[in-house]
Order: sequence, then structure tokens, then C-alpha cells
Amino acid sequence: MQSNAALEYDYSVAKLFTYTAILFGFVGMLIGTLIAAQLAFPELNYLLGEYGTFSRLRPLHTNVVIYGFTLSGVWATFYYSAQRVLKVSMAESKFIMFLGKFHFGLYLVAAVAMVLTLLMGITTSKEYAQMEWPLDIIIVVIWVTWGLAMFALIGIRREKALYISMWYFIACFLGVAMLYLFNNMEVPTYFASGGVGSMMHSVSMYAGTNDALVQWWWGHNAVAFVFTVPIVAMIYYFLPKESGQAVYSYKLSLLSFWGLMFVYLWAGSHHLLWSTVPDWMQTMGSIFSVVLILPSWGSAINMLLTMKGEWNQLTENPLIKFMVLASTFYMLSTLEGPIQAIKSVNAIAHFTDWIPGHVHDGVLGWVAFMIMAALFHMAPRMFKREIYSKKLIEAQFWLQTTAVVLYFTSMWIAGITQGMMWRAVDEYGNLMYSFIDTVTVLHPYYAIRALSGVLFLTGFLMFAYNMVKTMTSSRKLEEEPQFSSPMA
Amino acid sequence: MEIRELQGYASFFMTIFLVVMLYWYIVYLYRSEKKGEKDYEKLGNIALDDEIDSPPINTSDPLPSENKEQNK
Repeated sequence: MQSNAALEYDYSVAKLFTYTAILFGFVGMLIGTLIAAQLAFPELNYLLGEYGTFSRLRPLHTNVVIYGFTLSGVWATFYYSAQRVLKVSMAESKFIMFLGKFHFGLYLVAAVAMVLTLLMGITTSKEYAQMEWPLDIIIVVIWVTWGLAMFALIGIRREKALYISMWYFIACFLGVAMLYLFNNMEVPTYFASGGVGSMMHSVSMYAGTNDALVQWWWGHNAVAFVFTVPIVAMIYYFLPKESGQAVYSYKLSLLSFWGLMFVYLWAGSHHLLWSTVPDWMQTMGSIFSVVLILPSWGSAINMLLTMKGEWNQLTENPLIKFMVLASTFYMLSTLEGPIQAIKSVNAIAHFTDWIPGHVHDGVLGWVAFMIMAALFHMAPRMFKREIYSKKLIEAQFWLQTTAVVLYFTSMWIAGITQGMMWRAVDEYGNLMYSFIDTVTVLHPYYAIRALSGVLFLTGFLMFAYNMVKTMTSSRKLEEEPQFSSPMA
Repeated sequence: MEIRELQGYASFFMTIFLVVMLYWYIVYLYRSEKKGEKDYEKLGNIALDDEIDSPPINTSDPLPSENKEQNK
């Protein structure tokens, strides 16, 4: 029988997901930078034949950063932090270790298959749900495996109270499980057409407006349950742990949790404003989007207040800098989204570059910052070495912050210019501009966005280099740091 | 009554119900702390004191009796 003194947390699965987070982060952001450059300089579309065109690469970019980078980050942090807040080691159960490793193995297979099929042009053409049905089935197995591992860990926990991060991880699991199944109900065209179509190409089981509604019920909640909920789980664990300050108000974290769960699921129809969706449903989407500010800011303010009296750490510890700015970008993004969901604002914003601008201040400033900070925090504990270079983190922070600001400011200007030009009419009611007029005007902003991509990607390479050096050649640590992560 | 009208009423009343539940939850959290039955704020320490051999915090359990007396 093993005694508690000999027990240690087992980070083998967390390490595996850390490696894929770094790999897919690089690949996803590289493709993102390339397609941003293609929009500014269209001749870049012809570098790799059909495989290098914007239309082929754009879904690859979104899928690799969402399901490659973000989910790897989510699972790396889950397999790290869940053990700690539940005070139980994965090594205590062979079954849980098997589940964790099986989870990773199957995920890697699915991720590689996703990249290959999307590159080959095999797609359902539903945004953020492009993977075809065989992959969908594998993803269901991966998701169920994660759920089993999570609830098995919860089942053998020593800490009876579930820390708030665990609530968010559970919500991520349940939310995606429900929505993914509904949105990916599809039939291969081979069966739908009586043998004429293809086994590898499917069509949705819903038609027209219903399909659009289910698609955006999923699409928006992919943002909710992949880009928000598990990232909130991370910040509730890593910011208090790195700063040594308990969360400012635990009750506020509980309220924000239930508020977020209650409101988020109803907001998806704001993607379909001014479309054929019933008017009341559009209005409901708008209203719930605006209400969503409250629970989002509840968590973000709770995090900022956690630093109360300890703001000196912001200058001393670059990881705190990353996390505080992540929380701030979360606030910006969750204020901007509801503004765009107001019907009159949406009349200008819809289909313009303001939308990807909004998405990217969230995903770069909030999701990527938080994942990188969390992995930096985990590295000295997992590899028992100090972080290789503090100076490099500082430089990375400023480079990437500049990149995010350049991205969203250029897209604000581009989007609003675009929206105004599309709507402008002369005294007789004729449209004043053709589409190409807007493209000409927007060119400088597209170039700025491509530049911001280059800066962010460079920052990510610095992160990757720092992590690899930390794993391999940094100074060894005698004992695990309690709070602030040691760095050279 | 058509199915769509029913859906509208169902959606409206469910929203009202969930709002009431959320506000009830807020009252419940504060009241149970005031009565000394729970101490939610101590749960924040789970993230800080997370060594495998450190004692569980479990502060959702009732507080020690002397605290209860003080809070009355």
C-alpha cells in the first residue's frame, strides 16, 4: 500500500497536451498570418496550388487554433490543475491513467486527420463544424473519454468541495457534448441521393433557417464553451496560485458561473440578425447578449480584485502581467460583443472586418495569453526546472500586446469603414460604392493586420523556445515553488 | 393554441423561473454564510493549498460551533 508521503501528482498526460498546444499553436498561427497576408496581397494565394488558397486555409486556421491549440491548452491545464484542486493523483488509478493516455492518443489521431481532410477540401462547410462525419464520431469518443477521466478523478477526490475551476471544466464538457451532437446530425450525400453522392460528404439533417439556427446555437457556444468557460477555469486557478492571493470573492465566482450558464446558451441567434430567423428570436439573441456582460464582467472583475493590494506583482512577475491583461481583454471582448449584437449596430457591423477584429481581441488577448501564462506556470512544476528566461517573457509580452492592439484597432477602422461604404447611397438612393471600392480603401488595414500576425507569431515562437529550453536545459529546482514561478 | 404560441409562453415563463432561481441562489449563499452554516470564501484556499498531502479544506461543511455562536 502506498503512503501519502510517497504520492506525487502525475503530469505525464498534462505534458503530452502541452507539447501539442505548442505545436498546434505554431501551425495555427502560421496559417492565420499567411491568410491575413493573402487578404492584403492576393498573389500569395498561388504559392501551393489548391492547398494554399485562402478558402482551403481559412477553415484549417480556425480548426487548428480552436481544436488544436486551445483544446490542447485546455486539456493540459485540466490534467494539471484538476489533480491539484481535487488533491488526488492520476497515478492512484491505473484506469484514470489509461483514460488520460487514450484521450491524448485518440485526440492526436483526430487532430492529424482533421488537418489532412481539411487540406484535401473534405468539409461540411459549416463554420467551426467543418469536420466530416467519421471525424465527428471519433470526437464524440474523445469527448466521452475526457468526461470519464474527469468524473473518475472527481469520484476518488480527497477535497470534497469542488473548486470553482472544476465547475467550469464540467460545464465545458457538458455544454460541448450537448451542442456538438445536435449540430453534427448529418447524412452522407450517398444515402441522401440514392447512391449518386459521396460517402465522405454529408449534409445537415436540418434545412434552411432551422439549420442556420442550430449551426449558430453551436457556433456561438463553441465560443462560450471552448473559448470562455475552460479559460475562466484556468484563470480561477492559475492567477490565485501564481500570485498567492485567494480569489477575491468566491461567492461572486459562483454567481457569475450560474449567470454565464443561464445566459450564454440563448445568445447564439445574434449571429443571425437581419436574416430570415423569426424577429423575436433575433431580439432575444440581442437582449441575452447584452445581459451577458454581467456574468462575464463578474468573473473578470473578480480576477482583477484578486490582485487588490498586490499590484506590485504586475511589475515584478510577467506571468501576472499576462493573466491580468488576459482578464482585461476578456472584459473588452465581452463588452464589444454585446455592442455588436445590438440590432442597429449590427446593421453596420454584420459581415464586416469588425467581427474578426472582435474575435481576435478575445482569442489572442484572452485565450492565447491565458493558455501561455498557464503553461509557463506549469512548466517549473512539471519539469522541475525554472523558467529559462524572464527577459524573453517580458519581450514576448510587449510584442504580442502590440500585435493584439494593432489587430483590433485596424479591424475596427476597416469594419466600420466597410459597413458605412456598403450602406452609403446617393440622393437618388443608388449605392455609392461597388465592392471593389471598399477593398481598395481597406488595403492598408489588411496590411496592418498581416503585420500584427507576424508580431504575434514571433511572440509565440519566443514562447515555444522558452518552453523547450525550460524543459531541456534550464536550472534544476530542488523543490516545487509554492506560488510565484521561478525564472532566470 | 398553436405550438409556436405555446413555445413562446414556455420560453417566457422558463426565463422568469430561472431568473427567480438565480436570485434565490444569491439570497441562499449570503443567508447560509450569515447563519454560520457555510463558509464559501474559505474555498478559495483550495487553489493555494493544493499539495497532495495538505489537509482538505472542505469548508462547505458547517463551521465549528464557536463560530456559529459568534454569528448568531
